[in-house]
Amino acid sequence: MTTMQRPLPVQDSLSANFWKACRNHKLSLQQCSACATAQFPPGPVCKKCRSTDLQWIESTGRGTVYSWIVVRHPIPKEIYGPEVPYVVALVDLEEGPRMPTNIVGCAPEDVTAHMKVQVVFRDLTDEVSLPQFTPILGSTPNR
Amino acid sequence: MWKLRDKYAIGGIGFTKFSKASGVTVLELATEACLKACQDAGINPDEVDGMLSFNFGDSVPGMAVATAMGLPNPQFVVDYDSGGNAANLITLAATAAIEAGLAKNVLCFRAMNGRSGFRLGGSRDLSAYNVTQYTAPFGWITYPQAMAMWCRAHMVKYGLTKEQLGSVAITFRENAMLNERAMLRTPLTMDDYMNARKIVDPLGLNDICLESDGACAVLITSADRAKDMRHKPVYIMGGAYGGGMHQGEDLFDAIRWPDLSENFSKHIADDLWRSAGITPKDVDVAEIYDCFTYTVIMVLEGLGICKPGEAGAFCQEGGLKRDGLLPTNTHGGLLSEAYIHGFNHVIEAVEQLRGHSGDRQIKGAEIALTTAGAMTCGSAMILRN
Repeated sequence: MTTMQRPLPVQDSLSANFWKACRNHKLSLQQCSACATAQFPPGPVCKKCRSTDLQWIESTGRGTVYSWIVVRHPIPKEIYGPEVPYVVALVDLEEGPRMPTNIVGCAPEDVTAHMKVQVVFRDLTDEVSLPQFTPILGSTPNR
Repeated sequence: MWKLRDKYAIGGIGFTKFSKASGVTVLELATEACLKACQDAGINPDEVDGMLSFNFGDSVPGMAVATAMGLPNPQFVVDYDSGGNAANLITLAATAAIEAGLAKNVLCFRAMNGRSGFRLGGSRDLSAYNVTQYTAPFGWITYPQAMAMWCRAHMVKYGLTKEQLGSVAITFRENAMLNERAMLRTPLTMDDYMNARKIVDPLGLNDICLESDGACAVLITSADRAKDMRHKPVYIMGGAYGGGMHQGEDLFDAIRWPDLSENFSKHIADDLWRSAGITPKDVDVAEIYDCFTYTVIMVLEGLGICKPGEAGAFCQEGGLKRDGLLPTNTHGGLLSEAYIHGFNHVIEAVEQLRGHSGDRQIKGAEIALTTAGAMTCGSAMILRN
């Protein structure tokens, strides 16, 4: 049996800046120069005003948990078997956009709605670092 | 808005056995269902000149089935690259094609070896291209993992409970127990449900639909032609497709969808009811796309059958049961009958409106709702007898 590889981002002309910044442990977002709207995932034009004048800005890397799941049944088992249970979340960044990620650094049971989190980077390969999020200490809402 | 109320009808239905292992090709399944639909309608297959289907790269194109059937003149043949969201859209597209003169009798089908062949519910292509590069590398890959994220948002916003979701699964299982073609007919209790294997919190095994081999087909034709066919016509009263902004770059992608406690159905509700000229109270039986228990919650609220946040209680109080306010998924649904991507819901609606549902017949059913799709885009129809 061949060893299954964890899915890695296949970078393209829209995403290369994002992943390059992640490799440098910086979270970047596309922002419209015309209307200042930040967007994620990056797109060919600003989805609000359709300007093509887009630039990259550095995010504060802070946000709040919008929704989350705890994966218990690993698919594929060969890759995620050793990692379950793990948390996938949607984090609302301070700049506005929502981003899929993992919550790390706390037990899955301790993740709560609106919990404040900040980005941390997990180096997967020489080219790819994943932006994951971890609770901001002392900020966990009352459970 | 679709404007062909009562001008088109479902003249025939056909379906294969639903199983875990058909032992035959998808082409054989599709052809069997399509020929049965012609036989059910009482027409010579030579009269079929249109083929419409949808697939995920897991089926056969309409031209292949037309060729296998030996159709003399297929002149409107379209395959949608789509999921269950298209299950009602293709029938609406058939009415548009006939209205435009592109065809006279259109077979709409969905055929798949969804358990023994390509398993949509399992791992998808793990190549993280395009928008998938922002999801799959985090281990967010399967549809149950996608829907769990939606479900949690509803729990946070409205307090939806596991017991409420469980009542959906249990009701549909009760219905499947009356349906000889259903794949799951063993009783399901709340204890069974609550103790079932956890798959991806907040969803467990019984929140997630079956994987099935099988095919379903319906023959769409004009109301006039349908009147000459074997059975009483089932008229298409209304229909709609959509989902508004932020439908995503593929069917998994809801990164930009603002509120995961509500799905596409909210966006099509007005057009659906207006196109049919009725309100939710007029519906006698509903066949709601239930790839997950939670999907039903979003559709009940989105279509205005329940107020936002109230569908969970509606289900728990028996609203979906055979003797409830809205008998729903009388065949057992995708959760307990079979997963033919929502096309089995259309078959069941037609049988109910014909009065052919046997032990599971809802007495006096005159108007049926069918829905198709779960997340950012989908379709629905109102059918009547």
